Amino acid sequence: MKRRQFVGGVGVGSLLGASGALGLMTGCASTGGGNGPKVVVVGGGFGGATAAKYVRMWSDYGIQVTLVEPNASFISCPISNLVIGGVKTMSDITTSYDALTKVYGVQLVRDRVAQIDAEKRVVKLAGGSDLPYDRLILSPGVDFMYEMLPGMAAAGAQDNVLHAWKAGPQTVALRKQLEAMPDGGVYALAIPPAPYRCPPGPYERACQVANYFSKNKPKSKVLILDGNDDVTSKGPLFKKAWADRYKGIVEYRGKHFLADVDAATNTLKFEFNDPVKADVLNVIPSMRAGDIAVKTGLATANKRWCDVDFLTFESKAAKNIHVIGDSIQIAPMMPKSGHMANQHGKTCAAAVVALLTGKEVNKNPIYNNTCYSFVSEEDVVHVASVHAYDAAKQTMMPVAGSGGVSKAANELEGRFALAWARGIWADTLL
Amino acid sequence: MFNIKKVGMGVLLASLSAWASADALQVRGMAASCSGCHGTHGIAPQGMDSLAGQPKDDLLKKMQDFKSGKKPATLMHQLAKGFTDEQLDQLATYFAALKK
Repeated sequence: MKRRQFVGGVGVGSLLGASGALGLMTGCASTGGGNGPKVVVVGGGFGGATAAKYVRMWSDYGIQVTLVEPNASFISCPISNLVIGGVKTMSDITTSYDALTKVYGVQLVRDRVAQIDAEKRVVKLAGGSDLPYDRLILSPGVDFMYEMLPGMAAAGAQDNVLHAWKAGPQTVALRKQLEAMPDGGVYALAIPPAPYRCPPGPYERACQVANYFSKNKPKSKVLILDGNDDVTSKGPLFKKAWADRYKGIVEYRGKHFLADVDAATNTLKFEFNDPVKADVLNVIPSMRAGDIAVKTGLATANKRWCDVDFLTFESKAAKNIHVIGDSIQIAPMMPKSGHMANQHGKTCAAAVVALLTGKEVNKNPIYNNTCYSFVSEEDVVHVASVHAYDAAKQTMMPVAGSGGVSKAANELEGRFALAWARGIWADTLL
Repeated sequence: MFNIKKVGMGVLLASLSAWASADALQVRGMAASCSGCHGTHGIAPQGMDSLAGQPKDDLLKKMQDFKSGKKPATLMHQLAKGFTDEQLDQLATYFAALKK
């Protein structure tokens, strides 16, 4: 079916090419080669993979797209807390990039970006080759501000004190630490001050670890040490889950701003509170835009996040470079989430296709965020919102009266959450 | 979505003539915000409703009933309230024109 979709797309492209409707040649559409405009996408997460697919689709396969991604396959952060809790596996959250290349004709380069020359419009890869572009879409996610935690520079510290905030090897490693922890032990989760990737994610993780403990290590504790004053997302729903489902297991402490970590003694040190020693430390450090965005000089907001024009996602610091996903300076009430990055990817793709084909950019983008959190193996709570462009404020604003959260955790939304995951993975990659 | 196998020829030609219009691109972008859950071409994964090729009136009534609260929902009532009646009409027209 997917291959047919691509073949169909080429067919339409030929038709359009013949009629001149798009002004793009499609002779090499099957490989993404040829003389069409060149788009390079950096980062194959929810933002970048979606942008790559949709630029191909919406340019009717006339724009060449190269996706630069170091990882062999896509591993989803959403649902990864269930792997840490032991109810899902890595294969459940892993999707191949094959469809992007075979169905959509995206050229995939497995490499890292060493440097971006914004003047010459060239991406220089760590492997040595150069990728010229007409438009560059950066979706590098987040990187961690370990410089705020000096002890994490000690030898081995980052191997022992895990973040598991980028799904992958650390997801597996944290699971192993929890499996190895004796019953009666303490798992301490340090949460950074907002903004960070996936606002409800840490609280969902606490639920998943508590669920595992409740069934396998009932004398153990989950200690949440939050750098925020209070739970940053779905607060009453998570607190109810901890009180009703994990009483005696989960303890929440707000206003715990992490100052340092002593990995040798498994100790967390706080700005204003007593140190905490635990058996398993899970430190989610403060975050900023992905390294390559910072290095390219795009992180203009507090030197952490990239300011963009929300009509096009073009960087406010560099022409022809668009930034999407968790790296951007968010609009009011806009979360850093996989779903939101997917929506950025499509909005940016439409704008990039318009700009490269002489069309008018959509002046009224509107999109949503949908985020499900598992409070147990089956029961889920959501938060949803709709965001529309406000021309006067020149940013995306939540639409008044829209959005909200679940009334209570429920199993029906547990099934919707898994369907959502299958859907967003498919829309991003398949 | 612009796909001979998935879209009827009449719809395709109608879409082509509208391709360059700003309105059509706005609606396409708005509809794409639904596709994270309901599928790139309006054909949803298992467990979500497919929208492609559903009768326009049915789609519109469902979304309006979500918006008014008449139709019970876990989440769609909160999303439907983010759209004007005109936008819901545009979305219903768009998805009804996609091939099942």
